[in-house]
Amino acid sequence: MRFIDPHIHMTSRTTDDYAAMQKAGIVAIIEPAFWLGQPRTELGSFKDYYSSLIGWERFRASQFGIKHYCTIGLNSKEANNEALAEEVMELLPLFICKEGVVGVGEIGYDDQTAAEDKYYRLQLDLAKEANLPVQIHTPHRDKKAGTIRSMEVALEHKLNPHMVIVDHNNEETVRDVLERGFWAAFTIYPNTKMGNERMVEIVKQYGSERIIVNSAADWGISDPLAVPKTASLMLEQGISIDDIHKVCYQNALDSFGQSGQMKESDWMDNTSIDQSQKLFNNSILRGGQLPTIGEIRTNPIFDSNIIR
Amino acid sequence: MYSNILPTTIAFLEQLFNRQATPEAAKWLKEKKDLVKSSETGKELYLPFSAAPRYVGKSTLSLTQKELEQANQLRKGFTPRHWTTDQLARTILLLSLPHENADNYSKTILKLFGTADMGELVALYAALPLLPHPEKFVAQATEGIRTNMGNVYEAIALNNPYPSENFTEAAWNQMVLKTIFTGKSLQKIYGLDERTNSDLARMLSDYAHERWAAGRTVTPELWRPVGPHINQTIIRDIKKLFASQNETEHEAAALACAQSGYPEAQALLNQHPLLKLKISEGQLNWSHISQKAITA
Ligand SMILES: [Zn+2]
Repeated sequence: MRFIDPHIHMTSRTTDDYAAMQKAGIVAIIEPAFWLGQPRTELGSFKDYYSSLIGWERFRASQFGIKHYCTIGLNSKEANNEALAEEVMELLPLFICKEGVVGVGEIGYDDQTAAEDKYYRLQLDLAKEANLPVQIHTPHRDKKAGTIRSMEVALEHKLNPHMVIVDHNNEETVRDVLERGFWAAFTIYPNTKMGNERMVEIVKQYGSERIIVNSAADWGISDPLAVPKTASLMLEQGISIDDIHKVCYQNALDSFGQSGQMKESDWMDNTSIDQSQKLFNNSILRGGQLPTIGEIRTNPIFDSNIIR
Repeated sequence: MYSNILPTTIAFLEQLFNRQATPEAAKWLKEKKDLVKSSETGKELYLPFSAAPRYVGKSTLSLTQKELEQANQLRKGFTPRHWTTDQLARTILLLSLPHENADNYSKTILKLFGTADMGELVALYAALPLLPHPEKFVAQATEGIRTNMGNVYEAIALNNPYPSENFTEAAWNQMVLKTIFTGKSLQKIYGLDERTNSDLARMLSDYAHERWAAGRTVTPELWRPVGPHINQTIIRDIKKLFASQNETEHEAAALACAQSGYPEAQALLNQHPLLKLKISEGQLNWSHISQKAITA
């Protein structure tokens, strides 16, 4: 079975993760631009970060047979540094239309401050102008109100809900999101956002229409195999292959594919990798390591497929 | 300096574009071009510049011999032989940007360079010979030859008249050396013969010595820029070439001597009357050596 993880921060992950993800059947991933655990203080840091998402990280993923896409945006936390945010806004038009950029993201609210609101709105306009999907990060605190507000503002800016993926949902927000016609993404993240046993129940209750599963794995304690593990658990719990395929693959492709930058043929046409390739004269291999060349196969085996 | 040929250049590129692109792509480009034309800050350029592949595709152009000649007439050395539709669209957009104020113009273009992905870099560097205010991009292009991305390097160094017209001698020499170093043919460097210099000849000779010391060979093309600067040191390399078992090395040595006014070089050439004759009759020249080097 093939999977897409449409929300994962690979710049924080190791090559072991890539190898395990590929083995578990992940064929494509989307890396949203986010904060790095501590705030950036210079514009150049944003520029180089965005450049690394379309450059080095994309190449690194390709070395494990995984197709890497990204969304580009100013995250809500760093929107609160207004002087810097202003400069980042001028930088965004240079990045959002590049090849392999499948949306504006992840943007939205964190503390729901006035500055967050301002830059969220400006980026919605930008996404609309560029005809790109939007990936919304919903807040951890005051989640339900923040989620509803995110959607209402998007509608106010005349975005089509079908172009907006609302992320980090839970049992409390899913109905509001689906009823308004938005895509509802769920982050299977240990101890905080969603466990995957709960995820199974959500699919049982709401079906597979416009529901998407992701890992949001990053620099924290997280699991880059959350999508295939959840798929495996769903299978055990009697959810149909069709529904699993939708929430762990097809819906991510259909929603972000609206960017025109992500097609199934991108990974179906070429399944062979060559780790001896180099980008910027830099290779992922260090002295003495042997490259894997040729066809690679998937074979997922988990100690446990449950993430709580 | 190029502003007077800009309208004809744009018209020529558009003619190429419209022949190969779909009507929707042509319509998209025209709309964006009009927006860029009246752009004050360059902002109107950024989005369509990166979005071009999405709207116009990335197919390689097929140019007729006549079109290639036209390109060269329009701008000496301009060779869009391997260009792609997105590259063409990007270049048309770059040329449509208001350029009366050199500082504003170059600031906008340099910003594109600073955030470009690989495809964008190829388009930007290959467009350099067509852009107004070429002197504003010398530092960027010089930095560009340090790239490790092969196709970006080729966009600057090969089939591009910009370096020969704008590079300092040091940058030029680095470029020629790196072209050999990365196994690309010198023949595609525009202005190679015009910009050769004694320092370059010395560097190339040193490089050959380094390779020989390691038991390796060098491409016979290497001796092309060396020929006009043969002196008492380099003549020993030429003698070594004549003494080798390899026929192409003999030919390269003879060609180098034919370019030289150094008496001993002339004397060496006279010792190889058959090669000398072939050269004077035009049967042997450097493109012949390049062809052999490529197929070897
Ligand atoms: Zn995230």
